[in-house]
Amino acid sequence: MRWAALWLAFCAVSRATVPVAAVRYPSPIELAITPDGLRLYVLCEGTDEVVAYDLPSGAVCRRIAVGRVPKGMMLTPDAKRLYVANSWSDNVSEIDTASLEVVRTLPAGFEPNAVVTDRAQRFLYVANRISNDVSVVDLATGLESKRLLAGRGASYLALSPDGSRVYCTHIYPKITTFRATPESEITVIDAARQMVADRYGLRNAAGVFHIAVSADGRLGMAAEMRPKNLIPLAHVEHGWVIGNSISLFGDDVGGVVQIPIDELDRYYTPPFDIVLTPDKSTAYVSTTGSDSVTVIDVRRLLAFVKTLSPAERSGVANDLSASANYVAARIPVGQGPKGMALAPDGKRLYVANRTGDTISIVETASRRVTGELSLGAPAANEQRRGERLFYKAAFAFHGHFGCANCHIEGTFDGLSWDLEPDGFGKDYVDNRLLEDIADTAPFKWNGSNPNLETECGPRTEKYFYRSESYDGWQLEDLVSFIKSMPLRPNRYRSAELTPAQERGKAIFERTRRKDGKPIPALNQCAVCHSGAHYTDQKLHDVGTGKPTDRSPLIDVPQLTNIALTAPYLHDGSARTLEEIWTVFNPNDTHGVTNDLQKDELNDLIEYLKTL
Amino acid sequence: MRKVIAFLLALAPAAFTADMPCFRWENFTTANGLPDNHVFNVAVDGKRVWAATENGLGLYENGTWKVYRPEDGLVHRAVLWVAPDKRTGDVWIATMGGLSRFSAGRFDTYTQLTSGLANDVVYGVAVLGDYVWVATAAGGSRFNTRTGQWSLYNERNTPMYEIWTYAVTATPSKVYYAVWGGGVLEYDVKTDHWKDYNDPDGETEIVLYKDQGLIHEITTSVSYVEKDKVLWVATYFGASRYDGRNWKNFLDKDSGLPSNFLNQVKAVDGNHAWFSTDKGLAYYDGENWAVYRPALDTHRPEMLVRDAAGKVTRTETETAPAHNYILGVDFDGDDIWVATAKGLSHGIRVK
Repeated sequence: MRWAALWLAFCAVSRATVPVAAVRYPSPIELAITPDGLRLYVLCEGTDEVVAYDLPSGAVCRRIAVGRVPKGMMLTPDAKRLYVANSWSDNVSEIDTASLEVVRTLPAGFEPNAVVTDRAQRFLYVANRISNDVSVVDLATGLESKRLLAGRGASYLALSPDGSRVYCTHIYPKITTFRATPESEITVIDAARQMVADRYGLRNAAGVFHIAVSADGRLGMAAEMRPKNLIPLAHVEHGWVIGNSISLFGDDVGGVVQIPIDELDRYYTPPFDIVLTPDKSTAYVSTTGSDSVTVIDVRRLLAFVKTLSPAERSGVANDLSASANYVAARIPVGQGPKGMALAPDGKRLYVANRTGDTISIVETASRRVTGELSLGAPAANEQRRGERLFYKAAFAFHGHFGCANCHIEGTFDGLSWDLEPDGFGKDYVDNRLLEDIADTAPFKWNGSNPNLETECGPRTEKYFYRSESYDGWQLEDLVSFIKSMPLRPNRYRSAELTPAQERGKAIFERTRRKDGKPIPALNQCAVCHSGAHYTDQKLHDVGTGKPTDRSPLIDVPQLTNIALTAPYLHDGSARTLEEIWTVFNPNDTHGVTNDLQKDELNDLIEYLKTL
Repeated sequence: MRKVIAFLLALAPAAFTADMPCFRWENFTTANGLPDNHVFNVAVDGKRVWAATENGLGLYENGTWKVYRPEDGLVHRAVLWVAPDKRTGDVWIATMGGLSRFSAGRFDTYTQLTSGLANDVVYGVAVLGDYVWVATAAGGSRFNTRTGQWSLYNERNTPMYEIWTYAVTATPSKVYYAVWGGGVLEYDVKTDHWKDYNDPDGETEIVLYKDQGLIHEITTSVSYVEKDKVLWVATYFGASRYDGRNWKNFLDKDSGLPSNFLNQVKAVDGNHAWFSTDKGLAYYDGENWAVYRPALDTHRPEMLVRDAAGKVTRTETETAPAHNYILGVDFDGDDIWVATAKGLSHGIRVK
């Protein structure tokens, strides 16, 4: 009996301490197929490589090492060059498809996520997720010629078939006034002048992903999530809280029309990639959390849109029954479907299953999976199992959403939410970055969850999913994954601090005011924001509470990569780091800052951005 | 017939003006779409013309005006300066309530509360590559559009003893601030060093040492010609030209300037410049001067020419800028656009 108890204890410890961090999974995220249909390129963000498949044989031709965490890929129309956006290396790999070698590394901004060239291949456009812009790289010189202002979280690009326009979408909404309706945009770049020509507003859109344009250039489609973050999330069973939609634009529809792909009692989320057939008859939409591909009959869709009155056009995205007019099928595929590629003859659709580490081969005529390409991934460990759960929407009521819907790719969604059933307008909370949170308990802004198991288990089940959630083993896997989330590179920190950052560090660590008077310990930045993650893991009243809060006590947040996570404060009321002090610290209760000159406050912020 | 007479009248000054440029002036006011008649500045941006007015930003394109005000996203209605970024097509807008960036229909706002901007009273802005240089009532600011970093320049980190920066101009080698009451501040891009230029007479309004330095501390505008390495400065008490070694100052009593009260200087090159004064628009070609304005007494259009010998010739013209109080100019090929206190003028070159 005693031995049995020891064995059980050993097993429990073993499960929790398996050295899994070194295991890397391919995590295929984007696909490209050659015009002759003979070769498929698979971009693997987990193993930092492009895997080239010979499709007739199904064999791997070559594994081409690229930069860190590649996110976007583009095959030129002549199939001679492959460009890969390396999101953690802040550069682009140029691959010669004849030799299957990287022949050049090109510059980009902070966290490049997508690439596209113009038709003449004179300029390369790179969507930079963190710097919120689009790099224009002169391919003759290999130099970045300029940056164009995009929206927040610039992530996906598409070139119009006539080559005149480059479209850019964004995974985060604009930073607007507090509790305003979310809004995103499609940035339209004039490819002849390399300048932004227009911006299509996407009302109530937060996370916008891939964009596709029909071969005749008359129809654009962008995959997006439309959140209802202004009402309590606890109303999930009363109607959708995150709608999954397509924004249509172009001459076929006139203006922008948002249409739902969900059904009244089943959600298909989040829509990621869109592939339009050359004859514009069909659109395929991968839905990552639902492990499926939604098939849209485009002709029926356009006919349906034409029947809508102006008022109906603006509201049809909220009518989930509308999808019955144009959704033709849902095709179950592998786990975590992301990027897709259609064979030139249109007979097969390839789907990258990111967390499944496979490529599903869908026969388009029968709309079913007929084969699979393996990427040779190792067996899933607990973190990988947890990652699959993180992206899966099946646990929520009606398959509504998963963790990754709000924590987009492990980050945040830039929204302020009204989460719990405490009535309208109580305890608004800003969504927080999940990276680097393993040792930052307690959790929630009011610190009421002592550990991630509570946060992700009963709390999520009760307040978010409104449905039976994870079992014990699954919860352990999920928490293991969240704790293992890698921390992306800080773009503002070099080997040495700049003079401004040094000055800011001195302000962050100061113990006396400029007049020499001591600053009380709990009013010093470095006391509450202390330790490896810049949090003392306690609750404090720093005077930022609002009448809508039930308690003024706030869990001290970690400051890791704080530059990325606007808006700020527990409720998201500060749009910028500056506003934390210029607007919300009138009495020096959130650190002593009112004796600082403006340039000193700037220095403090420059230092905070390095943490 | 009237058109022929008008054309002949427009050409009439030619007989008296040597090679000085002549214009036919078309004037815009609120009556034909300008947002406000008080125009602080004008910027030509390809086929677009931007008017910075007291009550909104005007965009003239394809023969019509479009007006932007706070309800459209502009940070403040009183627009003092407009700086197009010719690389990106964006436009930076200095206002009495902060800085706006206009990009393909979208306004982004920078204020002292929401960003690192030094002060909300923004007099001038200039764009150079990825940097935006800003002149505010509390010193200079530089915004790095790639990293979002703001750097502030004031009495603590530059030789600036007065922080009221009134205008800024940026070139690849030098950035100059006109500091109202503090002379001129120079930033060397390569060395990252600041240097100031001041009136050797101090803050007095007496010119004791003409041509030995900047004409006055109350500077309103700077214009640097990089290819000639010549700096032009406008003050409320005359103008200065500095070639890196020698200063040359201009006063109304010994030059063709119609007034010592200057709102702006804009150089064509090291020897040619346009001066915006309270008594008309002046042009200097290195020897001769020309002044374009409604006459101060009769308000009839006139052109004055002062030759190298100091002889002044007055000619009645068919048209003139909208008012003699000139605040700024910009070039449009051979044409010129002029901001005045009573409207915006388009000078169409006829000779």
